[in-house]
Amino acid sequence: MGLDTALHEIRRLDDLAAQDTALHRLDARAKVLVTLAYLVSMLSLGRYEVSRLLPFAAFPLLLAVQGGVPLGLLLRRAALALPFVVFVGIFNPLIDRNVHLTLGPLVITGGMLSFTSIVLRSLLAVTTGLVLVAVTGFDQVCRALGRLGMPTALLVQLQFLYRYLFVLADEALRMLHARVQRCAKNSRPSLHEYRALLGNLLLRTLDRAGRVHQAMLCRGFDGTMPDLRPTSRFGLAEWRFCAIWGLFLLAVRILNIPQHLGDLPLYLAAKAGGLFPGVLK
Amino acid sequence: MHMADALLSPAVGGSMWAASAGLLAYSSSRLKTSLDDRRVPLMGVLAAFVFAAQMINFSIPGTGSSGHLGGGLILAVLLGPHAAFLAIASVLAVQALFFADGGLLALGCNIFNLGFFPCFLCYPFIFKPLAGETPSKGRLMTASIVAAVAGLQMGAFGVVLETVSSGISELPFSSFVLLMQPIHLAIGLVEGVVTATLLVFLHKARPELFGAVQPDAEPRSLRPIIIGLALAAMVIGGGLSWFAASDPDGLEWSMGKVSGKEELAAPENGIHGTLDSLQKRIAFLPDYNFKEPAESAQTEAAATEAKPEQKAEAWPNVNAGTTLSGLLGGFMTLCLAGVAALVLRRRTTGKA
Repeated sequence: MGLDTALHEIRRLDDLAAQDTALHRLDARAKVLVTLAYLVSMLSLGRYEVSRLLPFAAFPLLLAVQGGVPLGLLLRRAALALPFVVFVGIFNPLIDRNVHLTLGPLVITGGMLSFTSIVLRSLLAVTTGLVLVAVTGFDQVCRALGRLGMPTALLVQLQFLYRYLFVLADEALRMLHARVQRCAKNSRPSLHEYRALLGNLLLRTLDRAGRVHQAMLCRGFDGTMPDLRPTSRFGLAEWRFCAIWGLFLLAVRILNIPQHLGDLPLYLAAKAGGLFPGVLK
Repeated sequence: MHMADALLSPAVGGSMWAASAGLLAYSSSRLKTSLDDRRVPLMGVLAAFVFAAQMINFSIPGTGSSGHLGGGLILAVLLGPHAAFLAIASVLAVQALFFADGGLLALGCNIFNLGFFPCFLCYPFIFKPLAGETPSKGRLMTASIVAAVAGLQMGAFGVVLETVSSGISELPFSSFVLLMQPIHLAIGLVEGVVTATLLVFLHKARPELFGAVQPDAEPRSLRPIIIGLALAAMVIGGGLSWFAASDPDGLEWSMGKVSGKEELAAPENGIHGTLDSLQKRIAFLPDYNFKEPAESAQTEAAATEAKPEQKAEAWPNVNAGTTLSGLLGGFMTLCLAGVAALVLRRRTTGKA
């Protein structure tokens, strides 16, 4: 991923996080906690589970729709994260060939199941993480973690990084553009050019750190960053959000809902067959 | 080489999170006592630098591929291990949240793999002794290459250990190690060369940085304890996940490995035997899944069930009823989710 596309992607999520929906207004701690519970309960399913993973899709889907996050964006991002997972998981179908399910001529081995499971897990985990940022915002996620006990030094570090990421990336982009204009080719720099580029970027970075520090001291920096938003409370809406999703997670983790759903038509068909034994013959 | 959520079990992910969180808390408290608030903006800005630098590639001559700075080692050199560890953790957090590199549960693993090894092992025990007090160009080169290679080897090995002990991937330990280590040897060499050239450049441009930045007159007593704790957490994590993985599924797999048979008709080994006996017990209640249709009508479902019924002895754990209801159920779940999303979307757009 190039630097400019990376910046663009970050800003895209930032814009989404700046929306004002009921979900955005919720205290970030509720969203962070439920997301963590979601990840643990989803990833703790056995490795051959495929159908049981499907109900878990409801959480990112509903949150995305509620928070106005375009599903296309989520799916595209989730696809970008797949290669490493596929690289490691692709061996499952080759190694594990125990037959688990058959349907007529179709034979499904354990490896096929576990591979599908890995891909599904990846899609679900990635979309859930992205939805969390898109409906909360990076700064609020960090503050929520800080209020949940993350050390202040790390909180300040995350906020600083996020603030200067754009500044430095813009600086780097300017240098790259200048290079392209001077050498009239848009190829990757050689190691020699790279050293000069990054070295100068590093020098400018260090100078900037000094200036930033001066400016901070002038403004009375006391070791923490002030919060511009009013501090939100863990109120009724937050408890309701946690309770509803907590019950949902409990239900889909314990019950095999797709199995029950799937049993239903079979059961009905069986009933019908039992009631009218001659009909279907 | 970011560890991914999808390959991780919660036991392993949780214990790696515990190890990383402990290290983060320790580093934060160390920074607080060192009380040098000049370093606060320096850490933030340097982390942003590493983030940007990771996106700028250079071409490696003669190979057609490209490389970039990883950043762990250079941060450790410029900031000292504790501040560097926090800086790396922050970069990884941004990557996990915005680019889904790894994931939230895997973030603990990634901080450990890419932060702990370069900052707390490679920098103090490899880089520093090799570079010495007043490093020359050659010594800087060797020190950073050796340290970077070592750090990435350890990191890659960490990924392998975490993946294998999670038991989600079937990739056996030996082949995964053989796959990962050589790749990361190459990556480590590139990382080492880049770090070295940057350090040499800085050494020429700002020699004062190398003497001044690290207030490392630290009492060494705590470090071995922390390292010991972290390693213990790893071992416990591995052990826990082993127990977590020794449900029939994991056992079946390892039994299958031991007996070396992956053929379809292998009813004797492991879970097949137990399932076989289970099947025999179930067979006392014939046609458990399709009671009525088997007696009377032949529904579509029962027709598909009939085939594996004949082969039941070869494949004892196969059951068309489960297959069909699983598939149907999955499909219905998808439909339900889709309908719910549609309804919600209509409602939200209706409101807006």
